[in-house]
Parts: sequence; C-alpha cells; structure tokens
Amino acid sequence: MSGLLVTLPLILPIVGALVCLFLPARARPWFGLAASLAITLAVLALARATVLSGELTHSLGGWAPPLGIALRVDGLACVFLLLTAFVGLPVGVYAAKYFALPAEAKGEAFLFWPLWLFLWAAMNGIYLSVDLFNLYVVIEVLGISAVALAILSGRPAALLGGLRYLLAALVGSMAYLLGVALIYGSFGTLDLTLLGALADTGFTTRLALSLILTGLLVKTALFPLHFWLPSAHASADPPVSAILSSLVVKASFYLILRLWVDVFDATLTYAIGQAMGALGAVAVVWGSYQALRQKSLKLMVAHSTVGQVGYLFLLFPLITVAYEGLGDSPWLVHAWTGGIYQALAHGFAKAAMFLAVGIFVLATGTDDRESIVNMVGRLPMTTFAFALAGVSLIGLPPSGGFVAKWMLLKAAFSSGQWWWAPMVLWGSFLTAGYVFMILRVAFAPSRGSDRLRPVPRVLEAAALALGIGAILIGFRAEEILTLIDIESPFADLVDPNEGGISP
Amino acid sequence: MSVETHDIYMVAAGLVFAVGLGGVFLCRHFFRKIIATKMLGAAAFLLLVSVSRRDALDAPDPVPHAMVITGIVVAVSASAFALALARRIRAETGQSTFEEGDAP
Repeated sequence: MSGLLVTLPLILPIVGALVCLFLPARARPWFGLAASLAITLAVLALARATVLSGELTHSLGGWAPPLGIALRVDGLACVFLLLTAFVGLPVGVYAAKYFALPAEAKGEAFLFWPLWLFLWAAMNGIYLSVDLFNLYVVIEVLGISAVALAILSGRPAALLGGLRYLLAALVGSMAYLLGVALIYGSFGTLDLTLLGALADTGFTTRLALSLILTGLLVKTALFPLHFWLPSAHASADPPVSAILSSLVVKASFYLILRLWVDVFDATLTYAIGQAMGALGAVAVVWGSYQALRQKSLKLMVAHSTVGQVGYLFLLFPLITVAYEGLGDSPWLVHAWTGGIYQALAHGFAKAAMFLAVGIFVLATGTDDRESIVNMVGRLPMTTFAFALAGVSLIGLPPSGGFVAKWMLLKAAFSSGQWWWAPMVLWGSFLTAGYVFMILRVAFAPSRGSDRLRPVPRVLEAAALALGIGAILIGFRAEEILTLIDIESPFADLVDPNEGGISP
Repeated sequence: MSVETHDIYMVAAGLVFAVGLGGVFLCRHFFRKIIATKMLGAAAFLLLVSVSRRDALDAPDPVPHAMVITGIVVAVSASAFALALARRIRAETGQSTFEEGDAP
C-alpha cells in the first residue's frame, strides 16, 4: 500500500501525459485538469501517510539499493510535492482558459498539457528519488520539458530565450553527470543514503561536490549563473512563466539542499557555506535592483525571481555551522525552516505575480510598466492578487514571505553571522521599491478612456487564489512546520514554536 | 603516487570537458555551441566508462555501462531538440548567433 502511495505522484503525471498526447486538442484541458486533481489527491494522501507513520521508502520493482532504485519520501519531500500540486492546480485552471482564448490559441498551445504533465512528473521524480543517476535522468526530463514549454508561443524572443535556457540546462546537467561519475568511481554506489555514510573530505569528493553544485546552481539560476533566466522566463506564455519561475527553479534548489544535508555534510566547510551565502546575498541585491530598473512588466517579475532565489541560499551558511562542532544550536531549526518557507512563499507569490501580469498584458495589449494606469479601478481583483504577492515577496507580516525572512534574520543574529541581516533587509527595501512602483501606476487615475480587452473571470480568480495562498501559508505555519520536521536533520534540536515565530 | 591508467582517463575527461565548456561560452554559432555540449557529455561518458574497470584483475562493473547507454539516449534527444530549435530560429529570424539585445 505504501509502495503505491509513494509511486503514484510519479506514475499519474507520466501516464496522464502519454494519454494526453493521443487526445484531440479540445479534450486535453479537461483531461489535464482531471489528471492534476488526481495528482493533488495522491500527494495529499502521501503527505497524510507521512505525517502518520514518518518516512516512507519504496524500492522500485522490489530491487533494493545498491542494485535497485529507491524512492523515499520525508517531510521535506512532502512540502515540495504539496507546493508543486497547490501551485500547479490554479496555474492549470488559468492555462486551460488562457490557451482557449482566440488570440492565444495559435502556436503549439495544444502541446501545453502533455508537456506540463511530463514536467510535473520530473519535479515529483526529483523530490522522491534517492539515486544520483536516476536524479540525472529526471533533471534532463525537467530541463527538456521546461524548455519545450517556454517556446510554446513560437515567438522569436521565446525561441531565442528557449535555446539559451536549453544550452544552460545542458551545461548544468553535464557538470552534474561528471560529478556523479567521480562519485561512482570513488564510492561505487549512487544511493544517497549509502553515500551519506561514505562521503569524506578527499580531493575527489571535493571536486565531485563542486561539479555537482555548479551544475545545479546553473539550473537554479543563482547569481552569476542566472544569465539565461530573465529572457526565458519573461518571453514564455504567462502560465508557463509562472510554472518556470515558481516551481522549476525550486526543484534544483531542493536537490542542492538534499545533497547538502544528506550526502556531503562531512565534505562541507565553513568557507563553502559562506561562499554560497555570499552569492545568495549578491543575488538578492542584484536581482531586486535589476527588477527595479525594468520597463517591461514580465522582465521585472523575471528579474525579481533572480533576487528571491538569492534568499534561498542564505540558508546554507547558517546550517553549515552544524558541521563545525556547533551541532545542536537552536538557530539551525530557524535557518532550515526559514529557507524552506522562502521556497514556499516565493512559489505562491511568484506564480500569482506572473499570472496577474499576464492578465494586465492580455487586457492592455502591451507589456509596458506605464500602461497599467488605474488598474485598481478597471481590474481590481487582479491588482489585489498582484498586491498580495508583492506583500509576500517584500516580507511584510502576516505573509508567508514574512515568516521566511523573519526566521532567516533570527538565525543570522543568534548564530552570530549578523552580516546576512542587512542583505535580507536591503533586498526587502528594493523589492518594496518595484512592487510599490507598479502599484503607484495601478492606482493612478486614468488619463484617457482607453478600453481594455475583456478578461475572463477564471483567469483573475486563479491569480487571486495563488495570491491568497502566499498570505495564507503565513497563518498555517504550525501545520507546515510539523511536516517539515518529519525526518528533518535538525528536527530533534528544539521546538521552533518555542522561539516565538508565530506571527 | 604513481600515475595509473585511470588517472590518465580522468585527466583526459577533464580536458575534453574544459574544451566543451570553452566552446559553449566562446563560440558564437548555435551549431558550434550545441556540438560543444556534446563534448561535455563525451567527457562524462569517458569518465564513467573508465571507472567501470579500475582494477585490471576484476571483471568490469556493468553499472557505469548502463549509465552511459542511458546518458547517450538522453543526450541524443537533447541535442536533437536543440538542433531543431536552432533551425526554427534560423527559419523565423535568419539568426544563427545570439546578438546583443536579443533579450525581449
């Protein structure tokens, strides 16, 4: 029974994608939405089972590692599976309506559903796999289906952005594969659990670690390896941009986190942690500053992703002190949950923001920042969704982004690494800058009587649902923290609720 | 430390990887960039094949061979996709290189 539960989040999207390929274009959205609902229910059932009985593992085909390939689900995997499902569902509803609009029906839009389900399968595969080579295969599936989605519109800008994305993704996965080859050469196994006990501080392990890390950093678009992200994310169709920015970069981040704490904890040093944090801090400031400078709405949101991804990496210097003999310090839990919360909050907020900007572009026909005058009067629901997402990105209470940044700040101060704190705050100021710049225009009174193209209500509702999600996860902190703690490397240190994080 | 056959393969893989990396970033033409990603793959496969038989007395380990075969299939599909995409860009815009200001 538990074997079926663990494999369903993988099997359902793959089967769904294959079936979808053979369906007529008109039936695909309905089938795709039904499949999305089924995957979401499967993930919920899996999360429930994990909460009740702790970590679940399953060996595919009954072959145990090191020969076979194992799947494993713990609290961290559950959190990311749930994030993917709960962002994927509203984005799917939006996509079903968006691609049915007469103006957008051209291009290869009928391929959206099979590709999105393949992409979903790849993401779930990353969250469930515990085998380095199996992970390589799903990373490639992830990269190829993500690029194919990004170029669906067929516009030249999207094609060029897509090729740049594909080349970056290939460089990243090849660096990863070279690292995997070194690991296999040294230790003779690919299973993450077995490797965790073997990894040492030798030269080969260090080299393998740096190749794997660099490969994954390219895919996560951490500064200065983010060069491909803005053009690819901004040129795609809005539902695709939302998926790429809020979910796909999280998949490779998850893998870095997983390898960092489960496999290479003996190989890491204080300096590597500080270097990751420094890149993250520069990304926060650089990405947010670039977002502030953009005239195009979609490019602004894409650059904002570069900045928000930076916050995720502030987690690494804070948890790496654990390996320097400070193993049971309470701030580790704050750093750990803060980093994961940032992934969740950004997931919801960025999807909401891309969908909202997509609606603005649809309604006005241009991507110019100054074209959205008086949106608060003309499209109040969408403007509200944008504002909610902005509140979470800035980190204002009581949003999910607030919980994330609060915990990161707390961990920075109590661990004595105070130098990360000004970076968090500086990033928030810059983010507030570009969010309020958009809202200023949206609240400005209309000069002429320029008419908007009609926007289906379903699109607005999907954006708003995600915006509300970005705020709501700030209120449901306790349930999410319970889930994160299952089999977490820092779970038994201290109860995070004692530290007074409740907003 | 004596130099063994395995070390030679490892250094060779490193060199091929470096050439590929240089190609991806320094060559301007799409086709050259795509070929350069193939060299990155070749480096990884070379290393994988060489680790399958580190000790001449042992039978070769089949697992890296299986990985290389899987890897080749994945790499072929990825390059086919990249080539199709490059051709489509050429057909639509006449471009074979990235140009400044391509970003939308």
